[in-house]
Amino acid sequence: MTATTTARRGRIRPSARPPETAVRRRGRAWTVLAWIAAAVFFAPVAWMVLTSLHAEVDAATNPPSLFAPLTLDQYRLLFGRNITPFLVNSLMASVLSTLLVLGLAIPAAYALSIRPVERWRDVMFFFLSTKMLPVIAALLPIYLIVQRLNMLDNVWTLVVLYTAFNLPIALWMMRSFLREVPREILEAAQVDGAGLVTTLRSVVAPVALPGIVATGLICFIFSWNEFLFAVNLTATRAATSPVFLVGFITNEGLFLARLCAAATLVSLPVLIAGWATQDKLVRGLSLGAVE
Amino acid sequence: MTAVATRPRRSAPPLRTHAPDRRERWRRRLPLLPALVFLIIVTQLPFLTTVGISFTDWNILRPGQRGFAGLGNYVTVFTDGRLRAATVNTGVLTASTVLVALLIGLGLAMLLDRSFRGRGLVRTLLIAPFLVMPMASALLWKHALYNPSYGLLNGTMNAAGQVLGFQAPTVEWISTMPMTAVVASLVWQWTPFMMLILLAGLQSQSTEVIEAASVDGAGGLATFRYITLPHLRQFLELAVLLGSIYVVQTFDAVFTITQGGPGTATTNLPYEIYLTMFRKYEYGEAAAAGVVVVIGTIIVATFALRVVSSLLRDERVT
Repeated sequence: MTATTTARRGRIRPSARPPETAVRRRGRAWTVLAWIAAAVFFAPVAWMVLTSLHAEVDAATNPPSLFAPLTLDQYRLLFGRNITPFLVNSLMASVLSTLLVLGLAIPAAYALSIRPVERWRDVMFFFLSTKMLPVIAALLPIYLIVQRLNMLDNVWTLVVLYTAFNLPIALWMMRSFLREVPREILEAAQVDGAGLVTTLRSVVAPVALPGIVATGLICFIFSWNEFLFAVNLTATRAATSPVFLVGFITNEGLFLARLCAAATLVSLPVLIAGWATQDKLVRGLSLGAVE
Repeated sequence: MTAVATRPRRSAPPLRTHAPDRRERWRRRLPLLPALVFLIIVTQLPFLTTVGISFTDWNILRPGQRGFAGLGNYVTVFTDGRLRAATVNTGVLTASTVLVALLIGLGLAMLLDRSFRGRGLVRTLLIAPFLVMPMASALLWKHALYNPSYGLLNGTMNAAGQVLGFQAPTVEWISTMPMTAVVASLVWQWTPFMMLILLAGLQSQSTEVIEAASVDGAGGLATFRYITLPHLRQFLELAVLLGSIYVVQTFDAVFTITQGGPGTATTNLPYEIYLTMFRKYEYGEAAAAGVVVVIGTIIVATFALRVVSSLLRDERVT
């Protein structure tokens, strides 16, 4: 049955079959290549996670021992070494600064898109230009000012700084989301006599909410990962997780498995946040320019 | 043009029931003010302080000797060999990272711009390097991959050697090729970023044009050269621009993998300024170097902003 149909099809369009299989074979080759690329790029991450589940002696072998027994000892050890305060500091600095950023950026984005102020373009570029300046140039004065204010080694210092670092990104991103609020509906709401609060709650918020979440996650990622200011402005009380990682490897002896466990643990929140916001990640990274 | 600004061109007129008078103008400005004031205080004030410090002779190891230095620090910045080396290193580091990441990112984006089984998972795996904390990634590369005796790179070569029967060399990755070692870890980290932007570009391409080209007998290479590449141009520019802004500021990888060494082989400007500040305590000099870097960035950024400004040109919102 199938033989006859293929035979018949073959007779009707004799030249159709060979190129199709060639195309399909080439397509499969591309798919395999994509999988290989993914494996290569993911390998260091996979190696990090695998090593974190090994004992120290199995982690530092040559050739590498892939199939050594798995254990959660390294993670237990981390919490024994008091990683918790560092995680809490990181969490405070990034969550509080993200909330602050959103609180400042959403109204500002509103004033730059839905009811734009005059010369809104210049304002947008002013915000962007602050992001282009290398942060290293601000480290010394900020250090001196913070020292003068007696705010060294204080989480709130990081909160304020991360808010400033992320505000331009959040503003550009939020503006691109707010522009998607349909004007017709806004106008209709206005004609119907809806007040500002009602308009915001029932027209703007539903459209902008996914954008607000994505913006918040991007700001969270950048704050969570920040190292330069965290290491120079904190000491014992306010140090965040990247600072923990650095201080962690000064001791001699085998530390690879423990290091990998710590690296996995501190990367986990961002990996989750990033994977959750995958579709909007590119939009945030390109400041709302690319969808 | 429509490439980056993928939204409909026809931008609706702004909401305006009557001509904005003084009160209305201030009512519009009000929601903007907190963000604007906050940003000016936190970013512009420190910069003015930097400019001030850059004219002083200030080293906290020599207390009581703080004085006006005039342009002395700037003379040091422009004549000091370390800073010149750091400038060159910054250029090499940024250019090679951005270019290599861009090329690999383009390849990956093209691989992902087709539907195949497991595409979502492949994309998820490819994004992972960008999401690992930069400090964690720097430590991972230094200790778990580059370590000569138990790192994964030498370990894999050794394992391959044992299977295939050859003596694998023990490569000291970081000391023999420090710049490549730093760049490789950064390329790994930034390729997903490039890939995401370029993939968005590829997917905004209209399929009809591609089909028309193939009907007209254009081969894959010709289609890429004459249709895809011009379409991608804006995305490539954007990827290079944003990538450069971020990679120029690289600190974690240099600080961790090489500490700028051996010698000054991998010291970039952020790391050199950091050393001047917190190792040599030459505040005046560090401030002057900072000012010079800012001015250099402004020059580069002016060109960059022109690229971005095309994004806003489409909108005729007043």
